Amino acid sequence: MAASLRCFLRSGKRAVLVAVRRGFHSSSPAAVQVTVRDALNQAMDEELERDERVFLLGEEVAQYDGAYKVSRGLWKKYGDKRIIDTPISEMGFAGIAVGAAMAGLRPICEFMTFNFSMQAIDQVINSAAKTYYMSAGLQSVPIVFRGPNGASAGVAAQHSQCFAAVFLENELMYGVPFEVSDESQSKDFTIPIGKAKVERQSHITLVSHSRFVGHCLDAAAVLAKEGVDCEVINLRTIRPMDVECIEGSVMKTNHLVTVEGGWPQFGVGAEICARIMEPAFNFLDAPVTRVTGVDIPMPYAKILEENSLPQVKDIIFSVKKTLNV
Amino acid sequence: LSDFTPQATFDIKKCDVHRLEAGPPVKAELTREQGLQYYRTMQMVRRMELKADQLYKQKIIRGFCHLYDGQEACAAGIEAAINPSDHLITAYRAHGYTYTRGVSVREILAELTGRIGGVAKGKGGSMHMYAPHFYGGNGIVGAQVPLGAGIALACQYQGNNQICVALYGDGAANQGQLFESFNMAALWKLPCVFICENNKYGMGTSVERASASTDYYKRGDFIPGLRVDGMDVLCVREAARFAADHCRAGKGPIIMELQTYRYHGHSMSDPGVSYRTREEIQEVRSKSDPISLLKERLLSNNMASVEELKEIDIQIRKEVEEAAQFATSDPEPPLEELCNHIFSNNPPLEVRGTNPWSKLKSIS
Repeated sequence: MAASLRCFLRSGKRAVLVAVRRGFHSSSPAAVQVTVRDALNQAMDEELERDERVFLLGEEVAQYDGAYKVSRGLWKKYGDKRIIDTPISEMGFAGIAVGAAMAGLRPICEFMTFNFSMQAIDQVINSAAKTYYMSAGLQSVPIVFRGPNGASAGVAAQHSQCFAAVFLENELMYGVPFEVSDESQSKDFTIPIGKAKVERQSHITLVSHSRFVGHCLDAAAVLAKEGVDCEVINLRTIRPMDVECIEGSVMKTNHLVTVEGGWPQFGVGAEICARIMEPAFNFLDAPVTRVTGVDIPMPYAKILEENSLPQVKDIIFSVKKTLNV
Repeated sequence: LSDFTPQATFDIKKCDVHRLEAGPPVKAELTREQGLQYYRTMQMVRRMELKADQLYKQKIIRGFCHLYDGQEACAAGIEAAINPSDHLITAYRAHGYTYTRGVSVREILAELTGRIGGVAKGKGGSMHMYAPHFYGGNGIVGAQVPLGAGIALACQYQGNNQICVALYGDGAANQGQLFESFNMAALWKLPCVFICENNKYGMGTSVERASASTDYYKRGDFIPGLRVDGMDVLCVREAARFAADHCRAGKGPIIMELQTYRYHGHSMSDPGVSYRTREEIQEVRSKSDPISLLKERLLSNNMASVEELKEIDIQIRKEVEEAAQFATSDPEPPLEELCNHIFSNNPPLEVRGTNPWSKLKSIS
C-alpha cells in the first residue's frame, strides 16, 4: 500500500480512486512486518524526501503527529513548511491544497476522517477531479486526498472522477501488521493503479476491497476445510476498476460474490454486477451475490454495529448459497 | 438552617464588549437555593464525567468520548439564564448539556454504554443524545451552528418568544459555515445566541496556532459580542440572561465567548499533555475550578455549611454510582431495533441485510 501511495504521488496527471488495503501477500520470503500505519508513514516520508514539491496538510498532522499517528515524526523531520497544521476548515484547506497543486506543488491533503471530507466535496470533485478534463489537458491537479474511511462509508468518498487521487484508508487497520517482501521496502517500489490482486486461487470468485479483503480470506480459510476453494480478489483500486481481472476469474469459477462495507444501493458491488454482466454473463452459473453493509445509518451499540456490517459468517453463508451447497 | 444567609450579592468580572453600549451587570444576586442548585448541577456533571472516564478505561464505554469536566459553569450558568422552553444545540462535548437540558444521568450513562435504557436506545452514543428542545450532540465540527440558526428561525417564524442557544468551540470558530450562519442570522434578526466555548485548544491545536484572531467574541463582526469568564457560573448566568434578553427584544443575534478550560484531553484517546503542560492544568484546577469557586462563595457568605455540601456530594456520588450500575447491567438493544427509525411516519418496510437472503424489518 505504501507502494500505491507512492504511485499516486508520482503519477502526476493521472489519478484514481483507490481503496487502500491489504497487502503484500507476496510469494518471495517475507523479511519484515510492517503495520498499515507505518507503511503509510514510510510512503509519505519517502515522497517528501524525494520531491520537495510534496507537502502534507490537514488537521493535527504536524505537532500532534496525526490524529491517528499516521504522520508521526514527519513534522519533526521536515518542519513547518512541508507539514502544515490547518484550522478546522475543510472546505477552505481542501481548496487551498487544490490551488497549490494547480500551481505546481504536490500536496497530500488529509481529511481526519472522510465524514469530514463531505464538507469539502465541491473542491474535491469540481476543482480537483474535473479540471484536467475541462481544460483539455492544460491544467493538471496532482493532489492526493487521503484519510480514514470509516465503517459508515461516506457516500461522497466513493465518488471521485479521474485525475485526483483519493486514498481511502481504514482506521481499524492502521495497527495491523503485514509481512512485506524485501523488494517492496525499496523507496522506488510502486504498484500500478488500477490493478487488482488475486490473493488465492478457484470454485468461486470473491471480490472485495479494504478491510473486508481480510474477512474474505478468513472465510476462504474456513471454506477450504469444507472443500470449497475461493479465489479472493483485492480490488485495490475502485476507479479505474480492474474488471479484466474479475472477468478472468469468473470465467474460471462461474460464481461471483462481492464483499464491501458500504451500502448496497449504488455501491461497488452493484457496479461490479453491472460491469461483469457485459463480458461474462454466459459464464455465470448463478446470479452474482453482493455482501454489503446493512442499508441503515451506523448504530452505536456494539451488538447493533457488529450486525450492520458483513461478518465472516455472512460471507461463508453467501458463498454456500451462491454455490447451492 | 435558618442561620444561613438567604441571599447575597457578588461582584463578578466585567465582560469585554463588542458593538454594545453596555454589557451585563457586574453584580450578581444569588439566593441560597440557587447556590445549592448550581452546586448540585455542576457537581453532578463533574461526577458523571469522571464516572464516564472510569467506564471508558474499563472498556465498558467505547468509541468517542469527549469529557466536559472543567467546563461545568458554562452549562449550569446558561441553563440558569434560559427557560426550559428555549432551545439549545451543541457539538460533541455534550454530556453536560444533555444533563442540564433534562436527561437523567442514568439515561446518559446507559447511552454511553450502548444499552436499550439509553436516551437513544443505544443507537446514538456519546455525540447523539437528544431531549425536547435539546438538539444534541453533533459530530461534525461546526455543523450545529447553522442548525441553531435554523432553530432560531423557527422560533421567529412561530412567534413564540423563544430563543436558540447555539454552542461551538474555539476550533469550530474557523468553520466557514459559521460565518454563513452569522450573516443570515444578522440579516434576518434571528433570535439566536451564538456561544463560543473557548477552552484554548481545538483537539491538539492551541488557539494561537489556529486563529488569526483569538477574539472570538468579535468574530461575528457586525454581530454584537461579549467575552465572559466561563469559570464563574454567575458570570455566565448574567451574560446569558443579557444575551437572551437582547434576542427576545428582537435585536437579532448576539455572540458570547466563554473563556473556559477542559481538564481532560480532547477525547479519551488523547492524554491531553502533549500540547499543554501538567502545570497549566494544575494551575486552572487550583485557581479557577468552577465548583470550588462557587463553594467558596457559599461558605464564606454563610449560605451553606461544609457538612451540607458534603452531604450533597455523597448523594450525588450515590446517584452516579446507581446510574453506572444500571448502565452496566441494562441489556443491549435487541437486534429487532437495528433497522427501526429510518423513516418517520412510514408503514413498516423491508430492509436489505448484509446479503440478499437477509430481509430485515424496519418500523418508524
